Amino acid sequence: MSKKSINRIHSAAVPLNIENIDTDQIIPARFLKATSREGFGKNLFRDWRYHNDNENHPKDDFVLNNPKFNGKILVAGKNFGCGSSREHAAWAIKDHGFDAVVSSFFADIFKNNALNNFLLPVQVSEAFMERIFDAIDHDPAIEISINLEEQTISLPHSGESEKFEINSYKKTCLLNGYDDIDYLLDMRSDIENFEKTLVS
Amino acid sequence: MGKTLFEKIWDKHVVRQIEGGPSVLFIDKHFIHEVTSPQAFKGLAKRGLPVFRPERVVATADHNVPTLNQHLPIKDELSRIQVDELKRNCHDFNIELYGLGHPFQGIVHVIGPELGLTQPGMTIVCGDSHTSTHGAFGAIAFGIGTSEVEMALATQCLLQTRPKLMRINVDGILNKGVVSKDIILYIISQISASGATGYFVEYAGSAIRSLSMEARMTICNMSIEMGARGGMIAPDDITFDYINGRLFAPKGEEWDKSLKYWRTLYSDADAKFDKEIFIKAEDIEPMITYGTNPGMGVGVTGKIPAENDIDEKEKQSFLKSLNYMGLEAGSRIKGRKVDYVFIGSCTNSRIEDLRMVASFVKGKKKADDVEVWIVPGSKQVEKQAIEEGIDKVFQEAGFVLRQPGCSACLGMNEDKIPAGKYCISTSNRNFEGRQGPNARTFLASPLTAALAAITGEVADVREYL
Repeated sequence: MSKKSINRIHSAAVPLNIENIDTDQIIPARFLKATSREGFGKNLFRDWRYHNDNENHPKDDFVLNNPKFNGKILVAGKNFGCGSSREHAAWAIKDHGFDAVVSSFFADIFKNNALNNFLLPVQVSEAFMERIFDAIDHDPAIEISINLEEQTISLPHSGESEKFEINSYKKTCLLNGYDDIDYLLDMRSDIENFEKTLVS
Repeated sequence: MGKTLFEKIWDKHVVRQIEGGPSVLFIDKHFIHEVTSPQAFKGLAKRGLPVFRPERVVATADHNVPTLNQHLPIKDELSRIQVDELKRNCHDFNIELYGLGHPFQGIVHVIGPELGLTQPGMTIVCGDSHTSTHGAFGAIAFGIGTSEVEMALATQCLLQTRPKLMRINVDGILNKGVVSKDIILYIISQISASGATGYFVEYAGSAIRSLSMEARMTICNMSIEMGARGGMIAPDDITFDYINGRLFAPKGEEWDKSLKYWRTLYSDADAKFDKEIFIKAEDIEPMITYGTNPGMGVGVTGKIPAENDIDEKEKQSFLKSLNYMGLEAGSRIKGRKVDYVFIGSCTNSRIEDLRMVASFVKGKKKADDVEVWIVPGSKQVEKQAIEEGIDKVFQEAGFVLRQPGCSACLGMNEDKIPAGKYCISTSNRNFEGRQGPNARTFLASPLTAALAAITGEVADVREYL
């Protein structure tokens, strides 16, 4: 999967107003048998997307099957990404073409996995999330603007905007396309020195 | 000011604190399995890196393995490739593998403690959210994604933001028929599936202290089901007695030295927690879940909440969940027919769980239209069950004792619950499709599951003790 830096995302959004969406829904376990990071997008939300596991029988009422909804931003109900630690969930969302997930609350492991894959988790207040859902409900093509540098998410049509949190280290990584592993590899001699101090 | 148990261990493992960012945390023990490691090894190979400290890494195959005829080649091609790739990676990168056929093979969170690899004061990670299990020994143990598996393999360190700290105190005496699985299902039902997100939990109180190590592991195992980064219990004599003499436990002088250190691992009286919860053991009933997240649980005699009792904003998710389960708001779960009984998983597949089930079902027979799978957590548990004659009890009851693996907990290997069927399960998740596409899960204790196997329906174990 190509990794790249993130700064501004300006796009329509796909609404999934369901709470506690767990990683088994995002990518069911039976699709975790691959040994590479690619190609998980086609099975994103597999069991919500198709009848009887059949790609020829899409569930018409599911948002990913509705041509009205498009874009690089997924907006989902609170506690998104709970459950299993499978990074395949972040890979599937990214592979499907999303660059950001907006929710009022993210599960911890999912948030780390998303950040490690340059998929931006944007945590907003419940009130702002409701505003986003309402706006999309009113006009599915409505665009949302995310600015990582400024740490803002806004609805340009109405001018509503909210700040979101991200730690400054992670922000620098995302803006510049750095990986955590590069940082850690760079401090190997510090780690070796630290090991000498370990008692047990 | 005093320190919490968590802080004592965390502070000791911080290699560097990044300003305005995470800590670089040294990892003592790294468990790996076939599903979340192949991409990490590929990453290492791409960078031309070795595994930094292979002696700190231990591997097993559990998620993808069949639980019948393990001596035969794995039928599913993709599963076989993944298990073979683990074998090759462990060979190439010099990592100890307890793979299929090895006498130590089993579910990663069962074998770590059982071999004495899991010890108090350690930082432990694994590419699996139920790594929190190892916290029962007074360790900081948590699940990670594959990018982090790669980091831990490459540097034995991870970048982690220090979580907030919560203490959950359970005091008092447990009611008859209530076991540790009921405690954790009760806690999650009280604080919800996201109630501990952002926190690391310490379980304390007299009811927790009275539990065996197996029972403590069941509680810590499900910490993730309320969103917690992990869960832990201060080690005590019960912990030390469990570890003493195990294969990889410290021996002789090393044991004495370790024990001295381990005895310092508790939260000081004046330590501060960001949140504290108090629960009375007497309030806990045998529990059962009715929905599609582990927070949707009630006492076995209770009712599913009525639609009017649900917050407007949560109603859509609530109704979607009940629709999936084929249950009505406001109805009772007791008396509901079950089709399958699954006793296993990293939550409840240890020897104590199997003994509990065996002593309850001895001399009884399963209901005719119920299929019962007992899946031991490891080869050692399986061996012990056979040595104790527990296998005979199961056989006479009409239960099938299978071979070790994650089995029907996650709908990945051959063991799946058919669409539309109800399974009472001792595992940890009742998510949609978790046990197979459109399978319906009731989470419960081994005791409540064993009773359902006999009666063919969800019943109250207190009426049978």
